[in-house]
Amino acid sequence: MEIVMAFVVGIIFMAATYLMLSKSLLRIIIGTGLLSHGTHLLVLTMGGLKNGAAPLLGEHAAQYNDPLPQALILTAIVIAFGVTSFFLVLAYRAYQELGTDNMDRLRGTKINE
Amino acid sequence: MNNLLLLPILIPLLTAVILIFLNRFTIASRWVSALSLLSTVFVSVLLFQKVRADGIQTLNLGNWEAPFGITLVSDMLSALLVLTTSVIAFACCLYSFRAIGEEREKFYYYSILQFLIVGINGAFTTGDIFNLFVFFEVMLMSSYVLLVLGGTKAQLRESVKYILVNIISSSLFVITVAYLYSVVGTLNMAHISTRIAEVGQPGILTVIAILFLIVFGLKGAIFPLYFWLPGSYYAPPTPVLALFGALLTKVGVYSIMRTYTLFFPHDPGYTHELLGVLAVITIIVGIIGALAYWDIKKIIIYNIIVAVGVILFGVSVNTTESLTGAIFYLIHDMLIKAALFLLVGVVITITGTSNLKKISGLIKNYPLLGWMFLLAALALAGIPPLSGFVGKLLIIKSGFGAEAYWGAGIVLMSSLLVLFSVMKIFINGFWGIHRTYEKEEKAPVSWLLISPAILVIISVLYGVGAELVYPYILEAAETLANPSTYINAVMKE
Repeated sequence: MEIVMAFVVGIIFMAATYLMLSKSLLRIIIGTGLLSHGTHLLVLTMGGLKNGAAPLLGEHAAQYNDPLPQALILTAIVIAFGVTSFFLVLAYRAYQELGTDNMDRLRGTKINE
Repeated sequence: MNNLLLLPILIPLLTAVILIFLNRFTIASRWVSALSLLSTVFVSVLLFQKVRADGIQTLNLGNWEAPFGITLVSDMLSALLVLTTSVIAFACCLYSFRAIGEEREKFYYYSILQFLIVGINGAFTTGDIFNLFVFFEVMLMSSYVLLVLGGTKAQLRESVKYILVNIISSSLFVITVAYLYSVVGTLNMAHISTRIAEVGQPGILTVIAILFLIVFGLKGAIFPLYFWLPGSYYAPPTPVLALFGALLTKVGVYSIMRTYTLFFPHDPGYTHELLGVLAVITIIVGIIGALAYWDIKKIIIYNIIVAVGVILFGVSVNTTESLTGAIFYLIHDMLIKAALFLLVGVVITITGTSNLKKISGLIKNYPLLGWMFLLAALALAGIPPLSGFVGKLLIIKSGFGAEAYWGAGIVLMSSLLVLFSVMKIFINGFWGIHRTYEKEEKAPVSWLLISPAILVIISVLYGVGAELVYPYILEAAETLANPSTYINAVMKE
C-alpha cells in the first residue's frame, strides 16, 4: 500500500510542479494547492498505513493507528487553506491593479514601472 | 516548568487581538502597540535573568510530558534572541508612528506587527519541530500581509513571488518533518536528537539534513536560494523592511543553527562542509550585489545576505569558539541591520529618493543622522571596538584554527568590501555639495531618529561591553556545542 501511495504522491507532485512552472498566475495557485495535497498524503503515508483501531485508552485492540500524522495533517490543512485563500485574493487584487496575470509581465524590481 | 516562557508569545498575541478592534482609533492603537512591545521587552529581560540564574527553562504545554506534548524551551540562545527581537520590534513600532502612514495604520498594521512578533518569538522558543513549522507559518502569514499592505503595484507584484517561494518552502518543511517522523518516530527536538544519536545518523538522515538546509536556507536567504530576497524586500515601506531585514532571515539562520547542532552533528564531513561552502558563496554573491548598486536600500539589502553567509560560516566550522562568534555576530547583525534600515529610511524620507546619485551633503543639515550612520556603518563592517568586531574575530580565528583558510580568508576580505559598500553611501550621500529637497520641510526627522538612536546605542554598548556579554554568549554556544545539556533539561531523566 505504501508503494502505491508513493506513486500517487509522486504524480501529484509532478502535476503540481508542471502547473507552478506555467505563466498564468491562476494555474500557479492551483499548483500550490496540489502541492499541499501531495504533502498531506505524504505525511499520512509516513505514519504507516494499516487497519488499526482508534488510539483510545481502554480499547483492547491488537494494534492502534498512529494518531500523530493525522493531527499534523489537520494543522497543515488549515494553514494551507488560509494561505491559498489569501493567495487567491492577492492574485485577484494584483490582476485588478496590474492588469495581467502573466508572470512574464510581472518581472522587474523597479518601484515606478 | 515556568510560565514566563509563554509571555513573550502571549502578550503580543493578546495585544494583536485587542488591536483588531481598535483599528479606527489610530492614536490609541499606536500606544497600545508600543506599550505591549515594551512589556514584551520587560518580560524578555525577566526571562533572560531567569535563564541566567537557573539554566535552561522548559514548559510542557497542557502538562503533557516531554516527548508527547509540545514543549517550549528557553536556553540562553533563545532567551537572547527573544530579547533582541522584542527590542527591535519596539524600536520599529516607535518609528512607524510617523513613517507608516494613517492608511496602513487603519488597516490593522499594528495588529499584524504583533502577530509577526508572535511568530518570531514562538519560533525562537519552541522545542518541537512541527510547532516550529506552525510558528513559521504565523510569522510568514503576517509577513505576507505586511508586505502587501498598502497595495502599490510594486508591492503586489513582489508579494506574489514572495508568497509562492514561501508556500513551496513550507510544503518542503512539512515533507521534511514527515520523513524525519517516519525515521525517528518523534517530534520533540530533544527526543529527536537522542534518537538520531542512537542510530548514528545513517544516509537517510543526512538526506533529511540537506532538506532542512533547503527549507531554512530559503527563509534565511543562502546561496543559491536568496534570489527572491532583493526584490521582495525592496517593495515594502521602511519600518516593515527593517523588521524583515533584521528578523525574518535570522529566524531561518537560527533554525539552521539549532537543527545542525542538535540533530545532525554526526556527519559533519558532508553536511557542515556543504554548509560552509554555501556560506562562503553566499558572502561572495552578497558582496557583489552590495558593491554593484547605487541604490541605498539595495546596498543594505545585499548586506543582509553577506551577514547570513558570515554567521553560517561560523556555524559550519562547528566548534564552541566559532558558535560563540556566530551567535555574537547574529545578535549584532539583528541590531545593526534594523538601525541601518531605519537610518536609510530617514534619508529616503528627507530626500524622497533612494538613488545615491541624487543625494549629497546631508551632513550639513542633519549632523546627528550622519554620525549615527557612520557609527552603524563602522559597526556593520566590524571595526573595533564596535559590535561587529568580536563576532567576526571569533569566527575568523576559529576558521583558521579549523584549517578552513579559504572560508576564513573570504570572511576577512568581505569585511573590507562591506565597509566600502556602506562608506560609499556615507561619502556620496552625506559629504559633498549641499542640496535642498522638495519634501524636506515636512519630514519628521527628530522623531524618526529616536528608534535608530536606541538601536545604535545598544549596539555600541554591546560592542564596548563585549567583556560583560561574552559569558552569556559563551553559555549559549556551549549549549549548542553539547546538546546533552539541552536534552537533559527537556527530558528530565
